[in-house]
Amino acid sequence: MRSRFMVLVLAGVTLAILVALGEVLPSWSIFLLVTAAAKGLAALGLVLVVRSGLLSFGQGLFYCAGGYGAGLLMLWGGITDMTLLVLAGGVVALLFGLLTAPLLASYRGIFFATLTLALSMLMHGALTKADFLGGSDGLNLHSPTLFGMRPASAAEAVYMLYLFSSVLVVVVAVACRLHFDSLRGLLSLATRDNEIRVEYLGASVSRVISENFIAAAFLGGVGGALNAIAVGHIDPELAFWTTSGEFVFVAILSGYLSVGAVFASSILLELIRSFSSQYFPNAWQMSLGIFMLASILFLPNGIGGLIVRRKERDSEKDPA
Amino acid sequence: MELVTTILIDGLIDASWIFIVAVGLTLIFGVLNILNIAHGNFYAIGAYAAANAVGIYYSGSEAYPPMLGLVAMTVAALAVAVVLGPLLERGLLRFFYHRDEIVLVLVTYALFLILEDATKLIWGVNPYYAYEPYSLFGTVSIGKLDYVGYDFFLIGLAVVIGILLWLGLNRTRSGKVVLAVIHDREMSSAAGVNVTKIFVISFTIGVFLAALGGAFTAPKISVQPGLAVMVVLFSFAVAVIGGLGSIEGAAIASLIVGIARALAIHLAPWAELFIVYLAMALMLAVRPQGIFSPTALRKI
Repeated sequence: MRSRFMVLVLAGVTLAILVALGEVLPSWSIFLLVTAAAKGLAALGLVLVVRSGLLSFGQGLFYCAGGYGAGLLMLWGGITDMTLLVLAGGVVALLFGLLTAPLLASYRGIFFATLTLALSMLMHGALTKADFLGGSDGLNLHSPTLFGMRPASAAEAVYMLYLFSSVLVVVVAVACRLHFDSLRGLLSLATRDNEIRVEYLGASVSRVISENFIAAAFLGGVGGALNAIAVGHIDPELAFWTTSGEFVFVAILSGYLSVGAVFASSILLELIRSFSSQYFPNAWQMSLGIFMLASILFLPNGIGGLIVRRKERDSEKDPA
Repeated sequence: MELVTTILIDGLIDASWIFIVAVGLTLIFGVLNILNIAHGNFYAIGAYAAANAVGIYYSGSEAYPPMLGLVAMTVAALAVAVVLGPLLERGLLRFFYHRDEIVLVLVTYALFLILEDATKLIWGVNPYYAYEPYSLFGTVSIGKLDYVGYDFFLIGLAVVIGILLWLGLNRTRSGKVVLAVIHDREMSSAAGVNVTKIFVISFTIGVFLAALGGAFTAPKISVQPGLAVMVVLFSFAVAVIGGLGSIEGAAIASLIVGIARALAIHLAPWAELFIVYLAMALMLAVRPQGIFSPTALRKI
């Protein structure tokens, strides 16, 4: 466990590196990092759920809710500021989370996975037939602004989004790290290990699960909103089960121990996708599948497990 | 009245192929305790293999009896099962049996991703058609409407498969051994049952049923990428509504899903996609164990 001071220092350094990278990297890779940030935020939400021992196959529901929340606020409400839009996306998804969490909190294992899957497919089905929301084609969005600044060129717009998502990611990552190390965060891991023990200690398992699920919904919405702004388009595919599958991929690859690993895995996913779709367009899912099998086999705790395990070994050597 | 008959018949036709596929999923879940996301891929591969088989069979000499095209399709599905079943069970799944059941869901998800692209690499992205068998049984007139005879053949096939599976499991010695493994893996192993063999065979039968469902729907559809994604959801819905691991449940749930879809298509087309998941979500919310669920033993 890191001290809070160390977390903040690390966050500051990460942000500085990200900003510096933004100056150096070519535009396409910056856009890739923005989409990776959006997916990473939603996957981080899923990781919160995974920490309490559950797997949701419906994180796409919130990703989609956030995207549509932000998109409709832009199209119908005329708001273009990305801060407001991302926040609104998060809030809309949070509402969906509040609605579904009480239903889901008593499910475990495959029943939780299939019910979340069914709920997100319901959303997908409903949106596909909702003609006033663009039906299966979805809707195109306007270009966003940041605190009144309107980007002059496409490259500048991507750069602006990149800076915005860097700050967003670092803030969310710090919040999650602090939460992971807090009593409530550790309670999730305890729930994963043994629910009955947690109940006997006087904590409420269903409350832990609901809280994680609602927080996951919020993060899913924030990610979905960021993605919608970056791509400039929303459609029902965001709630399709294969979108949720991508978050599952990221969450499994990263493991539930490290926050940084979630974003590293998300970037890896986007890299695999963009390189495979360029060089072997019909085999990118296959590369994902092989990656996923390999990580389940060889990295049971994900990429994050590599980092954290090494640290535990170090701390064993040095008992102080 | 006519509308009612139409809805019932359309629903039955839909239910027939959904049942064939979903009962395979539920069998695999019952015996191996795996919720197989890659099940839709076996359906798709079966459909492609059958499309190839049909293509070869009917492009051959005119002297071949057309009815035997059905045998060619069955053989194609069987070939898919015999190759993929043992290969995947022994080569992949068995390494994860000691892990959590949710890990197995992830493994089959990875398998889904791999097979999805493997299918595209083997058969390309252009649609295949295997329309010849569709006209084998002519047409059947019911009331003022004509139905394709092949669709009624499918209903019959589903009924036969359901009865055979039920009899095979409940009335034969080897079926009872399978039931023993479902009931308690460790005890049956201790009593001398070769659990590994039961696993391989059950998984292969599950794959065969999915492939068979794909093979026999191939004449009705254009076989193209994207089949697996939808079919696996329908089989999930059926398995969940009927109760995972229950054949009777799968039969009734297929009817529910088939008729619900037919109702939606005829009365409220906007709800076609929606209604299956609604039924699934409602069932999970009200009775998560499904209509017929084998009593779950909790070992401590």
